[in-house]
Amino acid sequence: MESDTKYKRLKDLSREEFILPGTTVCGGCGGLEALRLFHKVLGKNVVFVNAAGCFTLLALFPYSPFRGSWLYTNMASAPAGAQGVRDALDILIASGRLKPEDDMKVVVLAGDGSTYDMALSSTSGAIFRDLDFYYFCYDNEAYGNTGMQMSSASPYGSMTTTSKPAHLSTAGTRSHKKDIFEIWRAHKPPYIATISPRHPVDLSEKVSRSMQYKGPKLFIAFSPCPTGWMYDPSLTVKIARLAVDTGIWALKEAINGEVKHTYIPSKFKPVEEYLMTQGRFNHLFYPVRQDKILEDIREDINSYWEQYKK
Amino acid sequence: MAKELITGNVAAAWGVRLANVDYVPAFPITPQTEIIETLSQWFDDGIMNGKFVTMDSEHSMVTAAGAASATGARVFTATSSQGLLYALEVLYTIAGWRVPLVMVNVSRALASPITLEPDHNDILSARDSGFLQIHTETCQEVMDSVLMAYRIAEDNKVLLPFLINMDGYYLSFTREPVEIPSREKVKEFLPPYNPTHAFFHASTPMSQGVAVLGGPTYSYFKYQMHMASQNAIEVHNTAADDFNLIFGRKYGVIEEYRMDDADYVIVMSNTFATKGKTAVDRFRDKGIKVGLLRLRLVRPFPGKEITAALKHRKGVAVIDQNISVGSGGIFYNEIASSLYNETKRPVMLSFIGGLGGKDISFIEFQKVLNDTIMASETGIVPATQLLYTESEWQQMKKLLEIAGKTRQ
Ligand SMILES: Cc1ncc(C[n+]2csc(CCOP(=O)(O)OP(=O)(O)O)c2C)c(N)n1
Ligand code: SF4
Repeated sequence: MESDTKYKRLKDLSREEFILPGTTVCGGCGGLEALRLFHKVLGKNVVFVNAAGCFTLLALFPYSPFRGSWLYTNMASAPAGAQGVRDALDILIASGRLKPEDDMKVVVLAGDGSTYDMALSSTSGAIFRDLDFYYFCYDNEAYGNTGMQMSSASPYGSMTTTSKPAHLSTAGTRSHKKDIFEIWRAHKPPYIATISPRHPVDLSEKVSRSMQYKGPKLFIAFSPCPTGWMYDPSLTVKIARLAVDTGIWALKEAINGEVKHTYIPSKFKPVEEYLMTQGRFNHLFYPVRQDKILEDIREDINSYWEQYKK
Repeated sequence: MAKELITGNVAAAWGVRLANVDYVPAFPITPQTEIIETLSQWFDDGIMNGKFVTMDSEHSMVTAAGAASATGARVFTATSSQGLLYALEVLYTIAGWRVPLVMVNVSRALASPITLEPDHNDILSARDSGFLQIHTETCQEVMDSVLMAYRIAEDNKVLLPFLINMDGYYLSFTREPVEIPSREKVKEFLPPYNPTHAFFHASTPMSQGVAVLGGPTYSYFKYQMHMASQNAIEVHNTAADDFNLIFGRKYGVIEEYRMDDADYVIVMSNTFATKGKTAVDRFRDKGIKVGLLRLRLVRPFPGKEITAALKHRKGVAVIDQNISVGSGGIFYNEIASSLYNETKRPVMLSFIGGLGGKDISFIEFQKVLNDTIMASETGIVPATQLLYTESEWQQMKKLLEIAGKTRQ
């Protein structure tokens, strides 16, 4: 297996860009960086089928930063849009109305709010029907475009504009992040991976590996969001690295259902190092340190990794 | 040519088959289901080429339909009632994509209370979406309208999706003789779909459904849809002429039944117009000059044609098989506003009838006519009235009694 790897070091990455600079998203947007890397591996012949979110404003009349094609659908049914595009391309090619070289990779592009919440029925349907497509979720852990409201991807203990630390809960978000990876895995798609923009080689290798599979290929990209997470845009890369090094974001893939971690830090850093970089966790430390909540978060991380220890 | 005895649903499916449709995303709902069952069978048997796919909801179904059409395929889909409303967000979305797909709605009254029989609140909820609409009366008209819909929708002057409406049960499950033309003849009328405005090819990247910032850009695109929709009247009429030439059946944007010398006109739509026509015949037998105007092309709304047909009458009664709760009959309002600027115009009465498939009996038509004649003579026009017979009321009271909901 190891010898099959295409991407071993940074210089293996293509220098060609498919998302051109000068977009409408915030400076330091981790999601866009992950998408840029993802796109490098897929190549030019891509049609993005987009769900409502921050990235909807990437294609803003009369501009688009993409060299490929784009279809904005709505918040709940981008995967169904991908179904329509894929099926139509297949039909047109089979009937000789489209040249095979005019075929494209169909990619759903959606945030966590769409992915974890509203589009679940549509996504479940697409995976169930074994649709040959890519799903790229940029997970900024909240409804970003509407101003950082809590989604079911918001982590326990984070502050969003609808889960502020207050009398009712000093934790901010009281619920625990939904495990979309396992929800997808229960559908038995050929390929699922988590990725991070700070691990471009791991990311590229995964996208490249997924391309050999026909069927649903799903990617959840850790997407540090300076605007919503309240940190300086220059820290995106550092925060992405800390998320992996503290064990809060596990880099893994599931090929035909079999889970494998692609990078495990030899020693986990204390999670506080990650949490303290972001304003959305400020209330866990100021005005008083909330040890119980920090302990809960640590416990969540430990119990996650515990299941994979043999 | 031989006629076959088929239901409205099967007639719709035949239209789709003859139009050489490539792609049908579907989702079951009564009373539309027979359409997709029929099409599914034809795809499975290899009679139709392309793909039939069962989606996870109507919201997904219409998204897939729009996206496939935006890719360049000829697409059909169908639904009813709750399904249409579930997809409503997407109807607006894909109309803005300017994709000329065709969708059949089999009318069924909306919950709550939940029921199965028809009225037109479902289809009329889509009236502002940008979809064109034809409302049908017979099984033959259903099949013919599907073919006409592709021809009109795909015209470069239009490029908007089309909804064809038929009444649940009254038409969907009623067998009527339908003349099914050959594929060759249909080809003469309907050329293959080769879009130049919306498609996905790797060699010609395209962005569709793109966001805009600011009212001026939004207004530009929205009003373009309105103008394109209005073009559909002329395009419809040309298509109808060709249709008549090839198939020998002629459809107008409205249908005028025994209206030549009519002093009074009853306006109706869909299958209940058949009941209205029977009533008109009986009135005519008694020497009363009554006619019926059936609304057929509902979007774009043929206000000019309706005005021309109604303005010189003495009295007009609109029977709406729908209710805009808190306002009244939807067609009444639209027709009244079409006529408003005419210096000479008839008195106009509004009736709500046939909600949830309730019958409209002859005595109810008699009431409609009497009130209309009276109003035209006195100039006093009653407010909107619900058509409901005494025996229906007695029956209803019994049900209330059983439910323990009568006040002592
Ligand atoms: C049906 C519907 N409901 C609500 C919205 C409003 N809305 C637009 S973007 C958005 C947030 C999407 O969140 P997410 O998927 O996490 O993407 P992000 O904004 O974070 O990029 C919401 C709620 C919408 N567009 N459509
Ligand atoms: S709000 Fe966050 S996710 Fe959205 S564009 Fe800005 S940085 Fe990216």
